[in-house]
Amino acid sequence: MSLNIIVLAKQVPDTRNVGKDAMKADGTVNRAALPAIFNPEDLNALEQALKLKEMYPGTKVTLLTMGPARAAEVIREGLYRGADKGIVLSDRAFAGADTLATSYALSAAIKKIGEYDLILGGRQAIDGDTAQVGPQVAEKLGLPQVTYAEDILKAENGKVTVKRRIESGVETVEAPYPVVITVNGSAEECRPRNAKAVMKYKNAAVPSEVAADEAKKAFVEARPDLQIGEWNCEYVGADLSQCGLAGSPTKVKGIENVVFTAKEARKVENTDEALEGLIVELIANHTIG
Amino acid sequence: MANFYTDNPALRLHLNHPMMKKIVALKERDFAEADKYDFAPRNFEDAMDNYDRVLEIVGDICGNIVAENAEDVDHNGPKVVNNRVIYAEGTQKNLEATRKAGLMGMSMPRRLGGLNFPITPYIMAADIVSRADAGFENLWGLQDCAETIYEFADDAQKEKYIPRVCAGETMSMDLTEPDAGSDLQSVMLKATQKEDGSWVLNGVKRFITNGDADIHLVLARSEEGSHDGRGLSMFIYDKRNGGVNVRRIENKMGIKGSPTCELTYKDAPAELVGSRRLGLIKYVMALMNGARLGIAAQSVGLSEIAYREALGYAKEREQFGKAIINFPAVAEILSVMKAKLDASRTLLYACARFVDMYKIYDDIAKERPLTLEEKKEAKYYSKLADAFTPLAKGMTSEFANQNAYDCIQIHGGSGFMKDYACERVYRDARITSIYEGTTQLQVVAAIRHVTTGTYLNKIREMEAEQVVPEDEGVKNTLVFMTQQYANAVQSVLGVKDSGYQDFMARRLVEMAGHIIMGYLLLEDTQRDESFRKSLHVYVNYGQAEVAKHADFIGNFRPEEITDYLYTETKEESAE
Repeated sequence: MSLNIIVLAKQVPDTRNVGKDAMKADGTVNRAALPAIFNPEDLNALEQALKLKEMYPGTKVTLLTMGPARAAEVIREGLYRGADKGIVLSDRAFAGADTLATSYALSAAIKKIGEYDLILGGRQAIDGDTAQVGPQVAEKLGLPQVTYAEDILKAENGKVTVKRRIESGVETVEAPYPVVITVNGSAEECRPRNAKAVMKYKNAAVPSEVAADEAKKAFVEARPDLQIGEWNCEYVGADLSQCGLAGSPTKVKGIENVVFTAKEARKVENTDEALEGLIVELIANHTIG
Repeated sequence: MANFYTDNPALRLHLNHPMMKKIVALKERDFAEADKYDFAPRNFEDAMDNYDRVLEIVGDICGNIVAENAEDVDHNGPKVVNNRVIYAEGTQKNLEATRKAGLMGMSMPRRLGGLNFPITPYIMAADIVSRADAGFENLWGLQDCAETIYEFADDAQKEKYIPRVCAGETMSMDLTEPDAGSDLQSVMLKATQKEDGSWVLNGVKRFITNGDADIHLVLARSEEGSHDGRGLSMFIYDKRNGGVNVRRIENKMGIKGSPTCELTYKDAPAELVGSRRLGLIKYVMALMNGARLGIAAQSVGLSEIAYREALGYAKEREQFGKAIINFPAVAEILSVMKAKLDASRTLLYACARFVDMYKIYDDIAKERPLTLEEKKEAKYYSKLADAFTPLAKGMTSEFANQNAYDCIQIHGGSGFMKDYACERVYRDARITSIYEGTTQLQVVAAIRHVTTGTYLNKIREMEAEQVVPEDEGVKNTLVFMTQQYANAVQSVLGVKDSGYQDFMARRLVEMAGHIIMGYLLLEDTQRDESFRKSLHVYVNYGQAEVAKHADFIGNFRPEEITDYLYTETKEESAE
C-alpha cells in the first residue's frame, strides 16, 4: 500500500540568528540581510513524509512551495533528502499574500495536483509565526486536520494515527485521510542530505531559472526527473481577486520596535491583591490583553 | 549550524590541488559513466562540485550530530549483551546519519553502489569525521576494508558484499591475536577446508576494532603445519552466518566509542579471498596501507580539534587582566600547534593523491593494458605512495599527540579536569601512534626510502619548482636542511653496521619528514598566502629539529651504541 503525500514548504529568512541589520527602518524584515532557508518545522514535516515513504514503499512525496523562482532552492533541498518531485507556485499575482490568500493559492495548487492522501506542513513558519496556513488549507479543501503532530505512527486502510504534542502532554489520535497534518518542531529532525541525491538533483530547476542558459536549459529539458514544476495563477485556476494583496484582508496598521529595557527583576507578593495589581499594570502598558 | 567542512578553508585548498585534474579524469575514465548514472559527473568541474557538495554534507553531519554526541559516546561507550556489541546511543545515531546520507562505500564504483570518489576526497571526509569524534572514525572508516574486497576478491564476492557496505553495513579487519600483534606472522586462527571445499574458522582474535561488524576480513592459518606468514590466507566472514561471538570488549584509555573486541570463532563459515598463502604477504599489506592513511587522517582531525580547542580557550581565558593568548609563551605554543597541523594536513593529502594515482592505474590495468607511459607513471606513484604512507602515519600521529598535549597545557589546571573536550582529545590521540603499526614500525617501513633515495629524489623535484621572491629565503633554508639530511644519510650508510643504521633510522626519517612538509607548505603558500605564517613557523621548527638530528649523528661514535643496548645486570641474572 502506497501513499501520495504533499509536503507544504516555505522558504523563510533565517530569523534564528539575526544581526542588527535584520529589520529595515520601516520595521519590516530585511530579507536581503538574512539567509533564505527551509522553514525548520516544514523540514520536520518532510521527515515524517520520508519516514512514511520508507514504511510504505511506492509512496510518492511531492513538495509544494509558493514564492519566487528562487524558492526552487527549497524544492532542491527536499529532493536532496528523498522527496520525489516538487512544484513552485510562482506568480506576481501571489505577491503580498497574507495567510488567507496563501492558503487559497496553495489549496488551488493542491486541487491541481489532484491525488493526495496526506498533506503535511510545519506547524508554523519562523517569519510570520501565525500557524494559520495549514489549518486554512484544510478548511478550503474541506479536509479534517491534525495539528501539533509529533509522530505519524501509521497510515493504513484510510486511517492515519498521529501522536500530538499538546500543552499538557501527548495524545494519540486517529483521523480518516485525506487529511492535513501540521507538524511540531519537537518531531524528529529531518535526515541529512543524501550524497547521490545531491549529485543528481543539484541540476534540478524550474524553467525560469535556466531560461537564460541555453546549455543548462537543454540539459534539464532532456531530463524529466530534473524538472521542477513552475505553476502560475492561471495554471492552477485561481481567482485573481482572492490572490496576493487583493485577496488579503490583513492590513498592517503599524509596526513598533519593542526594546526590552527593564533589567531588574521585580518581586510580587503572592497575594490576590498584589497579583491583580500586576495584571492591571500589564494591561495598562499593553504587555497583555 | 556548524559545518566542519565549510568552516575550514584549508580543506578546499587541498581538495582543489592541481593534481586533481588528472586524478579525476582517470578515476572517471574521461567521464564515461555520465549517461549511465544520473549522479555521475559530466566533466572535471562537475566532479569537483560533487566532491565539494558531498563534503559539505559530511561537514554538516559532523558539526551538528557527530561532534554533539562525542562526549556522551565517550562516557557511555558500547557494551556487550549476549555476546553481541550494543553501540552507545550516540554512535547509533551517528551511523544512522551517515547511512542515510549515503556516505558509506564512498570510493567504491557506482555499479556496486558506491560514489566512485577518489581516495583524496574520501580521506578528507575521514579528516572531518575525526575532528568531530575520532572514535567514530574507527567505525565509519572501516569502510576501507571494502577496498581490499574490491582489489582482491572474485566478482561474485564483490557483488555480494560491496553493495552491502555501500548500504551501510559495517566492517572489521580481524588480524591481531593474543600472541600476534606487531608480528602478524604468528597468527594461529585456524582455517579448515571441508570436503565440499568450503572453509570454517576456529580460534581467538583479540583487540579487534568493531569486532561485531556485519562483514569481517579475517587473517587465518590455512596451511596446516606452517609457522610463518606464507601459511596465512584472507577470509570473509559474514555475520549473517553466525559462528563468531564477542567474548568481551576492552576498557580503553581513548576512542571509547569504538568497541575493541575479543572474538571466539567456532566453526565459523568463511569464504577464501583471492589465493591461499597470500593473506599476509599481499592482502594484509594492502589493507594496512589503506588503514595507515586512515589513521593519518584521524591524526590530522585530532590535531585540528586540539588546535581549535586550545585557540578558543586561550582567547577566552583571562589572567593578569588580559586574555592568555596575548602572552608570547602561550602564543608560541599555539602557532607551533597550527604549523604542525598545517604540515600534517599537507603531507596527508600529498600522500592521498599518490595513493589515488597508483590505485586508479591498477584498476585501469584490469580493464586494458596500460601504455608504457602510464606504466611508468603508475610505478612512480606507487613508489611515492609506499614511501609517503608510513611517513604520513608516523609524523601526523606524533604531531597529533604533541598537539593534544599542548592543548591541555593551554587549558592549564582546567585541562586536567574532565570538564573540557581537551582531555578526551588527549586520550583519543594516544592510540594513533600505536595501532596500524607503531611509529617505530613506520620507521622500519620508511627507512628504505631514505637509503634508496625516494625521499631525496622527491625533495629535489620540489626544489626545482619556482617560488615567489618573497619565499626564496625559506626555500634556501630548506635547501640547506636538505644538505644536512643528505650528509647525515651518507654518514650513517658509511658505517657498515645494520644495528647502527637501525638505531639512527628514526632520526633520518624525521629529517626527511620535516624537509618534505616544509616544501609542501611552500607549495601551498604559492597557491594561498594564508599558509605563509605556518610555513615560516614550521620551517623554523623543522630547521632546528634537522640540526638537532644532524648534530646527534655527527657527534655520535658508533661504538657508543652499546650504552643504549640492553644487557642483563648481575642482580637480574641472579634472580
